Amino acid sequence: MSDDIKGKEKSLITRRKFLAGLTAGAAASALPAGEAGAYAFEELFRQHYKRLDADDLKDILAKLEEELSFKYGKEVHAKATPPMDNTVFGYALDLSRCIGCRRCVYACVKENNLSRDPQIQWIKVLEFQKGNNKWQGLEHSNRYYEPEQVPEKGRFYVPVQCQQCKKPACVKVCPVQATWQEPDGIVVVDYNWCIGCRFCMAACPYGARSFTWGKPSIPKEEFNPEIHYLGNRPQYKGVVGKCTFCIQRSRAGRYTACVEACPVGARKFGNLMDPNSEIRYVLENMKVFRLKEELDTNPKFFYFFSMGTGVKS
Amino acid sequence: MAIDAINGIIRTVVTGSKEYKAWVGFLTLLALVGIAFVFRQIDQGLIATNMRDDVSWGWYIANFTFLVGVAAAAVVLVIPYYIYDFKPIGEIVLIGEIMAVAAVSMCLMFIVLDMGSAERFWHLIPMIGIFNFPQSILTWDVVVLNMYLVLNLSLVIYALSKTYAGKSYKTKLIMPFIFFSVPAAISIHTVTAFLYLGAPSRPFWNTAVLAPRFIASAFCSGPAFMLIIFQIIRKTTKLKIEDAALHKMAEIVTWCMAVNLFLLGSEVFKEMYSATAHIEPFNYLWNGLRGHNQLVPWIWTAVIVNSIAFLILIVPSIRKNFFMLNIACTFIFIGVYIEKGMGLIFPGFAPSTLGDIYDYMPNSMELWISLGVWAIGLLIFTVGAKICIAIKTGEIGHADPSAHH
Ligand code: SF4
Ligand code: SF4
Repeated sequence: MSDDIKGKEKSLITRRKFLAGLTAGAAASALPAGEAGAYAFEELFRQHYKRLDADDLKDILAKLEEELSFKYGKEVHAKATPPMDNTVFGYALDLSRCIGCRRCVYACVKENNLSRDPQIQWIKVLEFQKGNNKWQGLEHSNRYYEPEQVPEKGRFYVPVQCQQCKKPACVKVCPVQATWQEPDGIVVVDYNWCIGCRFCMAACPYGARSFTWGKPSIPKEEFNPEIHYLGNRPQYKGVVGKCTFCIQRSRAGRYTACVEACPVGARKFGNLMDPNSEIRYVLENMKVFRLKEELDTNPKFFYFFSMGTGVKS
Repeated sequence: MAIDAINGIIRTVVTGSKEYKAWVGFLTLLALVGIAFVFRQIDQGLIATNMRDDVSWGWYIANFTFLVGVAAAAVVLVIPYYIYDFKPIGEIVLIGEIMAVAAVSMCLMFIVLDMGSAERFWHLIPMIGIFNFPQSILTWDVVVLNMYLVLNLSLVIYALSKTYAGKSYKTKLIMPFIFFSVPAAISIHTVTAFLYLGAPSRPFWNTAVLAPRFIASAFCSGPAFMLIIFQIIRKTTKLKIEDAALHKMAEIVTWCMAVNLFLLGSEVFKEMYSATAHIEPFNYLWNGLRGHNQLVPWIWTAVIVNSIAFLILIVPSIRKNFFMLNIACTFIFIGVYIEKGMGLIFPGFAPSTLGDIYDYMPNSMELWISLGVWAIGLLIFTVGAKICIAIKTGEIGHADPSAHH
């Protein structure tokens, strides 16, 4: 019953007709405030992403562009690019290179239009003491390190973000299927469908999901106008969000923002199905591991050491 | 007749002793304060609470969990009365079911309050929304809680309308439903335990003993609460409640507390003897971890009061002394309440999956809102119980008060 949620869409009022009625109403009152009100009203009854047909989606994206362009004062392009054939994204992170500078964190915040206040960060860089044998379970991490300069002597760093599990605990527990795994392996959230119960946050073993606890704020001048419906569009108060491997970029054949931002080239990303990809090279030539393997979540996010002998270096 | 009945019920609800009016007024006031704070929460979002990403469930979910236990405890009355025909409980079994209705209503309120986007509640409705059944245990909880609510509500309404008409209600017709209410009660608390124990990401919850412990502790705290209420009821109303009924309940509480403490012991042994890295939340709760020890006094208080209560209850002659019994009941209520919040939900999140410790405690807004929910729940119970007693004692309707139904 639950896997096939597209079956019933025909019997539902299509969003397009609904919206047509609304736009007529909104045109009558030329005030943007009235328009915003109508938009909010439409959102309240908007269907799940997978139940929207192509026309519905087009209308919604157009509305979203209009609303966000008005709000952030720049031309916004909203897409819902579907997954590419024969593509499953994978990621690998070279722990021997990472210097803990957090540039990936800031690049991610900017790229994905994450709220600055309340502060939301999808990448967390954990600091560990070298020689500390309690790091693979992540028990003795320090996320709030603030040294004058990184890397600090005797420390090493483990950035963690959504591991894009092949067996995602978050998807299993969501009571309304607001979060699911796309065919290209990316686990996404429909920010208009999530009810904010936070069950997925309790279930995720990697602290990868962030809740928008209060009204999000994004500085106008830093707003990224290239958005994807399932990715970096601004989230709402009271819903959950997470790393999507920069779906707006990766589905357009680009690197994620964190890969580009890393000054030491610790981050590798690509198509696991493509034998010539960089990620496949890493998997085939490095000794890789994944976090919390004992939970069998089967992440598509790998860690490795390209240099030295690992933690003892 | 229907008009008569409605008039009678309204009269019953609006008239009463000075104490009754003061109690209802007090609860209404608390409810209004709670509602005022709810507006603030809606306006600001859940950021107005002390919950954050690292501890993403808090006081609301703790109360929800505790109250599922109270609701399930109605069975403690149903089993001896209906199934073993233990007559003295007859007068109070309906009150227990009304308590279940009030408790489930509170559970639902706490769930809605905890939702980040409660206006999207319809997403949960099968067919219209998407109901991720059977994968998501939360959907199971929605099913069993609503089923349990409807079941108890129907049983109460059915029994009361029969009694009102002066007829007997213990008929073949409802027996299957009554039998069914026993596994239903067990299921609501089991499924609620499964919400937590089904999360391998949280080693503190991921233990099979959680479900039986939930049941055992619920069958202590729920009846303990009701034992006190029944004594108040028999002092303030014409309803006769025999000592034998109360003693029977106290006996059940005793053995459930024994099981609860036993399961706790197993848990402590497993954690301490295996001493893996997964002991960290356990240490956080019982000893404090890396300088974070705010839960330690709470959990020790819970264990101490539960143990004292058990010692009081285990000796029949002491337990039959109502003064001692009331001390034991109060202790159990406090002990189990702490166990569910400070002892279960909070330490499940600390340290977080990434090793952070965020010391969560509810802020005053969360406390006021929760008090408001409790007030509404107690209002539902008070009014329900008053109507029930009026009908049973023949104050309204045609019941023969001397007959046991
Ligand atoms: S890391 Fe967490 S959020 Fe990401 S897919 Fe796995 S369970 Fe889901
Ligand atoms: S918070 Fe949203 S995405 Fe997470 S389980 Fe609840 S409804 Fe699903």
